[in-house]
Amino acid sequence: MGTSGAKRDVASGRLPARQYEENFADLHPPLGRHPAMVEADRCYFCHDAPCVEACPTDIDIPMFIRQISTGNPMGAAETILKQNIMGGMCARVCPTETLCEEVCVRETAEGKPVKIGMLQRHATDVLFADGKQIFTRAPASGKRVAVVGAGPAGLSCAHRLAVLGHSVTVFDAREKPGGLNEYGIAAYKSLEDFAQHEAAYILSLGGIEVVTGKRLGSDLSLERLRGDYDAVFLGVGLGTVRDLGLEGEDLEGVIDAVDYISDLRQAGDLSSLPVGREVVVIGGGMTAIDIAVQSKLLGAEEVTLVYRRGQEQMNASGFEQDLAQTSGVKITHFAQPARLIGEDGAVRGIEFERTRLGGHGRLEGTGETFTLAADVVFKAIGQIFVPGGMANGGDGVRLEDGRIAVDGEGRTSLGDVWAGGDCVAGGQDLTVAAVQDGKAAAISMDRALRAQSPTRSRDTGG
Amino acid sequence: MTDLRSDFVGIKSPNPFWLASAPPTDKEYNVVRAFKAGWGGVVWKTLGEDPPIVNVNGPRYGAIHGPDRRMLGFNNIELITDRPLDLNLREIKKVKREWPDRALVVSLMVPCEEGAWKRILPLVEDTGADGIELNFGCPHGMSERGMGAAVGQVPEYVGMVARWCKQNTRMPVIVKLTPNITDVRNPARAAKEAGADAVSLINTINSIAGIDLDTMAPDPATDGKGTHGGYCGPAVKPIALSMISEIARDPETQGLPISGIGGISNWRDAAEFMALGSGTVQVCTAAMAYGFRIVEDMTEGLKNWMGEKGYTRLDDFVGKAVPSVTDWQYLNLNYIVKARIDQDLCIKCGRCHIACEDTSHQAITQTKDGQRYFEVDDTECVGCNLCVSVCPVEGCMTLERLTEGADPRTGKPIDPDYANWTTHPNNPNRVAAE
Repeated sequence: MGTSGAKRDVASGRLPARQYEENFADLHPPLGRHPAMVEADRCYFCHDAPCVEACPTDIDIPMFIRQISTGNPMGAAETILKQNIMGGMCARVCPTETLCEEVCVRETAEGKPVKIGMLQRHATDVLFADGKQIFTRAPASGKRVAVVGAGPAGLSCAHRLAVLGHSVTVFDAREKPGGLNEYGIAAYKSLEDFAQHEAAYILSLGGIEVVTGKRLGSDLSLERLRGDYDAVFLGVGLGTVRDLGLEGEDLEGVIDAVDYISDLRQAGDLSSLPVGREVVVIGGGMTAIDIAVQSKLLGAEEVTLVYRRGQEQMNASGFEQDLAQTSGVKITHFAQPARLIGEDGAVRGIEFERTRLGGHGRLEGTGETFTLAADVVFKAIGQIFVPGGMANGGDGVRLEDGRIAVDGEGRTSLGDVWAGGDCVAGGQDLTVAAVQDGKAAAISMDRALRAQSPTRSRDTGG
Repeated sequence: MTDLRSDFVGIKSPNPFWLASAPPTDKEYNVVRAFKAGWGGVVWKTLGEDPPIVNVNGPRYGAIHGPDRRMLGFNNIELITDRPLDLNLREIKKVKREWPDRALVVSLMVPCEEGAWKRILPLVEDTGADGIELNFGCPHGMSERGMGAAVGQVPEYVGMVARWCKQNTRMPVIVKLTPNITDVRNPARAAKEAGADAVSLINTINSIAGIDLDTMAPDPATDGKGTHGGYCGPAVKPIALSMISEIARDPETQGLPISGIGGISNWRDAAEFMALGSGTVQVCTAAMAYGFRIVEDMTEGLKNWMGEKGYTRLDDFVGKAVPSVTDWQYLNLNYIVKARIDQDLCIKCGRCHIACEDTSHQAITQTKDGQRYFEVDDTECVGCNLCVSVCPVEGCMTLERLTEGADPRTGKPIDPDYANWTTHPNNPNRVAAE
């Protein structure tokens, strides 16, 4: 059982110093020019291409790949960023195997799609290395917009608003802009401080002021923002990790995966992070995989990911599941946590009940149990939206399924408030979807703002 | 048993695959390697008078690349051999003695004076070589000095030199033709009339491979300047096939043996050249791109294909496609085809649709019941073959002949009888149909 006997073992610096660098090297090292050209040649330049259809931000993929193949990578980057200002980060974190690459006709033809994500990385790397500003701002509209949350949705929205000539103030509760790009992405997917480089590029356009350390609900109120600005965009993400609903969740060593990943991303020295010898992760999504793999890479001996349903129901993509397994993570399906086992205020193990899918796909316990020893238990069973200061009573935004209700353009129930990203109902919890939400909302806001005062443009003279 | 042995104007080789006169056949070392690899023959790189010419010390080659940097077209400015005549002659003699079963033809280029030819022919004859090929084709360098293509472009000169050679040697004479001419039949006729045993074609085509946009100089360039070279490789194959067909079906040159050259890269290309009347084929660019081993697949592939088709000797299919080459005016205008898409093979790239929509006849739809689905609209399809050409999946798109009912595009009943332009009502010069 492992719940008795050996002492609880949580320690930092489990690996030789050099090993950290190797373990957290780029998961997909960038394509050099030659492999990029070979790969670009594989694209058929489809008409009305399925990959574009599958991309939440509608990047003209065949065009940017053609631009790479003709030796015009800067043009390629422009094609990408025009549609998706975070094309650089999306190239690193998008689950392309379930988006553009899944529907690539060469996947249909040969079971081997064009490496769209890697090509996108190649093109955007060229642009970021150069730093060229490819956007210009429309003449100032005189309108001011508040964007709450400097994550993918918020920054995307702010950038598009700035391009369209509006003046934007972005508020974020944390110290740095970037949201989950900065605090939530697995370390081996975004190296060399890319989230900050990308944010800096976005802000270099001008017209966007970032105010950090301001949280909606405590430091800001929606009501006040609505009074001070012509429009408001909410891109606040999700607030907190779901609880297991078990006794003993306050035991030492029962940790929110999201918090730990954030610490990991901000750690200057990975060897300083405390790591359990035996780690159990509960959940079946990307966060669960991220924390399981990173625990392993930080030197945990045994990492077991336990998910209450089967492989097909896991939110993590097939690629991510494979990554976990090749990293040495053991994945156990059809088991749900039943009891946390503590000793002297710290977790020592966790008991699971086996499950099965009953009638109508409903999950049911079988009564059979087993116990895993655990120095650390990570909770990664999804995050929930915390509507701090937005949905209080009749003045707030309407919620739906616990998140902000929006229409197709990101409009909330309040006429001057838009929202997008993970905090809105019906979202996909993907970076790329958040970027699209921000962009679409900005376009919608622009239309609404211009309708308010069509003659404000400085160009009209007279 | 399938027999690949070739007897071309009395020159015997174990297979019809010869290496063309070019860098791969410049010296004993290469030629022996080629024979070891299985090549049936070589045309030794063109000999000239001493002192030998000199080559540039800058780049000699330029290339056009397709996807994955496959070399589609190749351009060169190399001249004839830059080695002393005597050295070449000694090596030729030695190689022929050691490889008696292989064809060894010697390419020649000397000034347009009978004396020059009279001097070199006995020297070549003395090597025991099987024949000579007159290089009337090189379009670069030598042509500036009145040789190569400068001769090949003037049928009278072609005939004159061929005649001198026939009069001064017992060796078979093959005249190599330049494609840099308006009508290739004229030099071919001249060669035949002069008594030449055969023609070989095509030599390379005037070309500049590209322009370096940084230096604003042609590619390849020597010290910032470039000159046109000779173009070859897969890209020139259609030009060669057409010229060969012209000679093969011209009443005046019909039956004149042809050694086919021009972008031949594999057994299939070779079979096509032979079907248009080439008794042997000559290869250069493919060998320069991949080395001599490609001949293994050429011989085996040709043998397997011949076996499948029931051909036992090369003569069984050489020239078999010639009768199918005709003038446009004799094409059957009652032959109606429509494009077809094999939905099981279709990968839904949409290339057929956009090609047809943007540049042709708007005959391929892209959705059906709201789904991505490509289908030919017979009421618009003219059967042009563009979609078949752009489809990335071989066999997915085909043309199907309509044999009954009416053509949905024109509404006219399908006429099973042959009828061509010469009798068409729209032809102001029509003749009455039979």
